[in-house]
Amino acid sequence: MDRTQTVFQQPADGCSVPGQAQGIFWRFRPARFLEGEGPQTGPVRLTLRRVFIVPTRYGMLFAVLLAVMLLGSINYANSLGFLLTFLLGGLALVSILYTYLNLAGLEISAARCEPVFAGESAAFTLHTSNPGATRYSVSLQLPGLPAQLVDLPPHETSAIQLLHPAPQRGLLKMGRFTVATRFPLGLFWAWSPLDLDMRCLVYPQPATGHRPYPSGGDELDSGPGQKGGDDFAGLRAHQRGEPLHHIHWKLAAREQGLWSKQFGGGPSELWLEWDAVAEPDTEARLSWLCRWVLDAHTAGLRYGLRLPGLSLAPAQGEAHRAACLRSLALFGLAP
Amino acid sequence: MKQGEDHTYHLRTRTLLWILGALALVSAPHVAHLPAWISGFCLLLGVWRWLCAVRGRRLPSAWLRLSLTALALAGVYFSFNTLFGRDGGVALLLIMLSLKLLEMRTRRDAFVVIVLAYFLVITSFLYSQTIFMGAYMLAVVTVITAALIDLHRSRDYPGLAANLQLAGKLLAPALPVMLVLFVLFPRVSSPLWGMPEDSYNGTMGLDDKMEPGRISRLAQSDAVAFRVAFAGPIPPPRQRYWRGPVLWETDGAGWRAAPNLALAEPLAFTGYLPAVNYTVTLEPHHRTWLFALDLPASVPPFAYVTHDLQLYAQEPLHERLRYAMSSYTTYNTGPLTRRERQRALNIPMDTNPRLQALAQRWRAETPQPAQMVQRALDYFRTQPFFYTLNPPLLTGSKHPMDAFLFETRRGFCEHYAAAFALLMRAAGIPARIVTGYQGGELNPMGDYLIVRQSDAHAWTEVWLQDRGWVRTDPTAAVSPARIERGVRALSAELERDPAQQGLLAGMWHTLRLGWDTLDHGWNQWVLGYDHERQRRLFDEWGLQAFRNNAMVLAVVLSSCIAVSLLLTAALWARRPPIEPVVRYYQTFCKRLARRGVSRMPAEGPLQFAARAAALRPELASQVRLITQLYTALRYGARPQPQWLGRLRQQVRVFRP
Repeated sequence: MDRTQTVFQQPADGCSVPGQAQGIFWRFRPARFLEGEGPQTGPVRLTLRRVFIVPTRYGMLFAVLLAVMLLGSINYANSLGFLLTFLLGGLALVSILYTYLNLAGLEISAARCEPVFAGESAAFTLHTSNPGATRYSVSLQLPGLPAQLVDLPPHETSAIQLLHPAPQRGLLKMGRFTVATRFPLGLFWAWSPLDLDMRCLVYPQPATGHRPYPSGGDELDSGPGQKGGDDFAGLRAHQRGEPLHHIHWKLAAREQGLWSKQFGGGPSELWLEWDAVAEPDTEARLSWLCRWVLDAHTAGLRYGLRLPGLSLAPAQGEAHRAACLRSLALFGLAP
Repeated sequence: MKQGEDHTYHLRTRTLLWILGALALVSAPHVAHLPAWISGFCLLLGVWRWLCAVRGRRLPSAWLRLSLTALALAGVYFSFNTLFGRDGGVALLLIMLSLKLLEMRTRRDAFVVIVLAYFLVITSFLYSQTIFMGAYMLAVVTVITAALIDLHRSRDYPGLAANLQLAGKLLAPALPVMLVLFVLFPRVSSPLWGMPEDSYNGTMGLDDKMEPGRISRLAQSDAVAFRVAFAGPIPPPRQRYWRGPVLWETDGAGWRAAPNLALAEPLAFTGYLPAVNYTVTLEPHHRTWLFALDLPASVPPFAYVTHDLQLYAQEPLHERLRYAMSSYTTYNTGPLTRRERQRALNIPMDTNPRLQALAQRWRAETPQPAQMVQRALDYFRTQPFFYTLNPPLLTGSKHPMDAFLFETRRGFCEHYAAAFALLMRAAGIPARIVTGYQGGELNPMGDYLIVRQSDAHAWTEVWLQDRGWVRTDPTAAVSPARIERGVRALSAELERDPAQQGLLAGMWHTLRLGWDTLDHGWNQWVLGYDHERQRRLFDEWGLQAFRNNAMVLAVVLSSCIAVSLLLTAALWARRPPIEPVVRYYQTFCKRLARRGVSRMPAEGPLQFAARAAALRPELASQVRLITQLYTALRYGARPQPQWLGRLRQQVRVFRP
């Protein structure tokens, strides 16, 4: 789809480029009612072209009521009955407008999605900016998941999170979601299917339990200060056999797991290696590597990651952790 | 398409209160005509539901609801002997709706209750269609709509008035749609199916029998009997005798009509020109007679004339009826048949002996019938008779007319008419009583005559050789003011404290006349808007072509309204309201772009200004000033109102 729009910081500043028009058949194809316009990057304004509206089941019931009232009015030649019937008919007509206007003009843009671990829920954050008066009871919903019902204050941008389960590592596509409303009378249902092309990075699920770091040959190529030195070097997951007095009891008391204090001279370097994991399955290996990356990061170690066809030199810090986890998440997947 | 039905919806107490309030308002007018136990039962169920919500109690179980339903059904059946018809149906609807409250949990339940509340509005119109009812129900519809809005609100609540305000905003544009459909929606001239038997009860008006005290009770009522618009000049009050039921048979006190006599061929009579032309709008009285001035010269298509020259409709009048009439006020009805003469002289011999003796004496002294009539009228005029709205009761007396004529001498028109007719018959002059209305009040604002129930009157007709039936009104002899100025003026003089009259009374009277004009217009144009009136309106507007397919016009016009509303909304949505600040800045951007300096999509105003200043140094100062004003107005902590004017000024003169 070549319908790309440029991302603007200040959409209301004008100087914006509208999406180019498509053919008339394209515009009226039935799939649009369910799928919308296909994935889009950048903010989407809900215009007449994007918002659809149909009567609800309540609306049908209301129509039946009006028909009964009309028949009664005709039979009894009851003028006030006619007036009431026509007033309620007019009310239903006007409510079409109000239901539509409750969505129209909203501008919805993808905000961000923090990476999660497989098994958790991805939280897709959307920015909904409302250029007009308050919108009441707008629902945002991913297919098959409970709807988020929100009121959007006037001339404000609200952040709304839609949760989506992330069972597998990789890039989770948010896919199509629906912005909809039945406000004010519930007689009509206005909706707009949207796809903002949002993706969430899903890291492998960290393996549970503790295993020693894979000792792939040059596990610790730190020269002089061997384990057991006097200088505190950092923490690593406690492994059976290590002296009890090395356990970091304060952390244990805070229920943050058992950690052994590492002593030694200079910074110890750790290589987390694909080949050293004693697991036959790719996902299980990734799972363990993920666990060790997290542990090594918490312990403040310098660690490197070596995967088939990819090697990250030993380093420390959040960025390094994110880079390692990202390569684990995307390992073996098409870019 | 799943429509986002949330099955976890829990009815909020606030929404429940809206619904209960709307129901209370909509059923209030029904309390007047429903058995007390039904109103009490419904109120009880409403309070019960409310307590359940407030105290967090569970709703009653299914078997309890079922047994309550069975009990209520039985109750309705015993009260009305049916579950259908107007009264029974409304009672049933109210009870079922109240019972539904006890199982109202989901949004769907609440929606059904609200829709039925709308339906309850229309049931009230089966009982009353006054302006007041219309206005009240418009307010009630607003409240019901507010309840419906509340049902669809999310948890955050914008205050009590917001629902009503939004309901008003929704209803206001619905009013023109309503009017167009009301005028153009085709009306049929006959009902689609039968009307329930009990649709009409308890209205007041004349009867086909007259007993002392009956008409004087009507005199207390200000209800409108009919209204008349004259084609030419309005006849003077003493000629405004609106003829109704003619009474022939008497037992010495009361008078009744003679149905078998009425069925004979209408009497041929000679009417003298000019005839009076007028249009009567008669309020429904659920009987068949129509009222016309004296003797009808024409007969409306749905009516017929009896032998004694009464005008009857074919069907009882359940709806307001308009008919054009032409009448003669001077006429000669010609000779009398033997049977009529016999009827018109018949009196019960064993009652009112003193009256009969008086009549015999007069008959011996005055052989000429015309002189006899005059003598009797003089008798009423010269003897101390009084005209009063509160005559003493005569029901205890064995000879009531004797008692009236010789003892109490205080009476209303029916007393004078009855005594006079009896005197005439006893004296051998054929006489009968005519009931109807006399007079009527001119409404100068609408230029029509209002005839009220209080104008109800009874007079007599005597038959004289060569002249036929001649109207004779003994009340005019006793109280000429009643005939000349009407019963209201008289009763004011008779009964009101003179201190109350004056400016305030005058203002009150004007107010009432104004109100009647409004009421008359409402009757004519809203309640009386039927098949016939719609045709005439279409003809007036030159829409004859649409006479038979007004539906097409109705659909086309209301679609036009709807589409124009939709288009407005669409344009509005496409061009969201832009703050003036942004608009000026956009103009500035456009003007710069025309000179080759266009703003990049992600470029902030300050960066853009710096770039523009570098590219076009001669504009630098202007660009900086505009950008400074713009950023201060849009992002500044304390934008000053006067800056906006300066920004506008700067942009206007910015012509690179």
